[in-house]
Amino acid sequence: MRHVFAVAAVAAAAFALAFLVLPVLALFLRVPPGDLVHALGTTAARDALVVSAKTSLIAHAAVLLIGTPAAYAIGRGRFRGRSLVLSLIELPLVLPPAVAGIALLVTFGRLGLLGGTMNALGIHIAFTQAAVVLAVAFVESPLYLRGAIASFENVDATLLDAARTLQARPFRVFARVALPLAAGGLGAASALALARGLGEFGATLLFAGSLQGVTQTLPLAVYAQFEVNLDTALAIGAVFVCFGAAVLLVLKLIPGWTRSVSLWTFRSASSPSA
Amino acid sequence: MDPLSLSLDVPLREFALRVELAVGREVVALVGPSGAGKTTLLRAIAGLQPARGAISVDGDAWLDSARGVDLPAEERSVGVVFQDYALFPHLSVRKNVEFGRRGDAGLLDRFGLTALADVKPRELSGGERQRVALARALAPDPAVLLLDEPLAALDAHTRGEIRGELQLLLRDADRPTLVVTHDFEDAATLASRVGVLVEGRLRQLGPPAELVASPADPFVATLTGANVLRGSARAAGGLTELALPTGELIRSTDAAEGDAVAVVYPWEVTVSRTPPNDSAQNHIAGIVASLVPVGNRVRVRVGAVTAEITADSSERLGLEVGGRAVASFKASGTRLLPHPRS
Repeated sequence: MRHVFAVAAVAAAAFALAFLVLPVLALFLRVPPGDLVHALGTTAARDALVVSAKTSLIAHAAVLLIGTPAAYAIGRGRFRGRSLVLSLIELPLVLPPAVAGIALLVTFGRLGLLGGTMNALGIHIAFTQAAVVLAVAFVESPLYLRGAIASFENVDATLLDAARTLQARPFRVFARVALPLAAGGLGAASALALARGLGEFGATLLFAGSLQGVTQTLPLAVYAQFEVNLDTALAIGAVFVCFGAAVLLVLKLIPGWTRSVSLWTFRSASSPSA
Repeated sequence: MDPLSLSLDVPLREFALRVELAVGREVVALVGPSGAGKTTLLRAIAGLQPARGAISVDGDAWLDSARGVDLPAEERSVGVVFQDYALFPHLSVRKNVEFGRRGDAGLLDRFGLTALADVKPRELSGGERQRVALARALAPDPAVLLLDEPLAALDAHTRGEIRGELQLLLRDADRPTLVVTHDFEDAATLASRVGVLVEGRLRQLGPPAELVASPADPFVATLTGANVLRGSARAAGGLTELALPTGELIRSTDAAEGDAVAVVYPWEVTVSRTPPNDSAQNHIAGIVASLVPVGNRVRVRVGAVTAEITADSSERLGLEVGGRAVASFKASGTRLLPHPRS
């Protein structure tokens, strides 16, 4: 009986693999590669590429710039309500993107929570490129923060103490010891967050709309081109597959990156290290 | 005025650490069981652990709770060699040593680290790591040097050599130095004075020889490597007789009454196959429980007593584990201490 189960398990694995790989392959097989490259040259695809690159880079830079010191403060801090803070950070991760989009709209939109104040200041965000940046930052930052907090938690506290006894002030302790030692995990978290931000669809659609050349990012372009020009949609899909594969390859190939925090063994950010 | 003087009160989980200590330009070792508060004391001095009380160094107050002074670690002029050394794994030996602001160019040379300057810590041996840690701690020329178990991370066979090396380096450092260790022999080698810390209190503080010659209590005696035999004492014919629970009698020239312990050092104990007819007044017969060679000597455990004899004697006597033997020691070499009722 035992080997019957073993055969069944291997068959299940083969089935699961085929189920996951076949659709990805189909993206490339439907149209010859030359046509795919050609389809990327259409205005819609080029515009989306520019919008995505610009908004993703701005959003990602902001997430890294603010998220890294924030994760250090939370990862190394021992304060009341820490678990609550960690849970609040992770909450957007489990929200459907469409809900995130509505939430952003009722916060920063014309009639939103901060809308009045922003109107008075002459700032209009909804349905602009700034809205895309906010949406992307909103969905990718929990992913980055979670990984970054875990990376900082993993840094041996004695090393930070040692730096302090060598007269290092707080910024030097952070920059010369904590940051380099957490770099592997931070890099991994950064790559994952970037990939997640590039793929953002629902929140962007609701909060920023899908205006070609302004707010239409690559995922939105896939949806828009799906009815107009399937080749372009497929070509953009292929770009995503290549980018995703590159991210995974980088995560797996650089051992230092996967040692501290990897995609598969994200240490729960809610369990502080001793 | 002593360069370093402190009076600290640190609440811990089970007890409070309360220590008053003045350290000159000397090495003071703190020994004691794990959990006694040794590391906590070092951390409090370095400013890495909240504490109440006062710490003053060369007249500067690092901590003075009464006046609200409590310098952060980075403003205390302290060099720390952490347990397991805590070298920065991502930095070369040179970068580790120069991490402190006032890098001293000659330091790598003096510590024999020039050839290893560009090596990362993970490629170093235990002894080399220790030298890097000490060089790093001394690089900013700190007013106080603290070492936490500097020999614990080393193999048994390299330990002796590195201990000698550390002794010289600490003597050259020539500043108030506190070394935490759990090993009395390490403490006696490295330090001019040894403090015994138990449950947050200093039980005894003095030169190693003083601790050996007149231990304050049975714990200190055990720590210094003595045999400690508990019994009931009463005066008898100018000497004191200590009746052991086994029925044997131990005689001592010290006076004691009631619950007491006899303290005998292994090198004061001789071993024979049958009770000898000599001036030793105390004989304890028993089974040889273990024979452990230590250099050219052998540590022989006879019943509850450990003796240290030459390897020659051990061979001549034909001692073997499980055989019978007699441990003998003089009444004048037997210290008596009152046993604290617990």
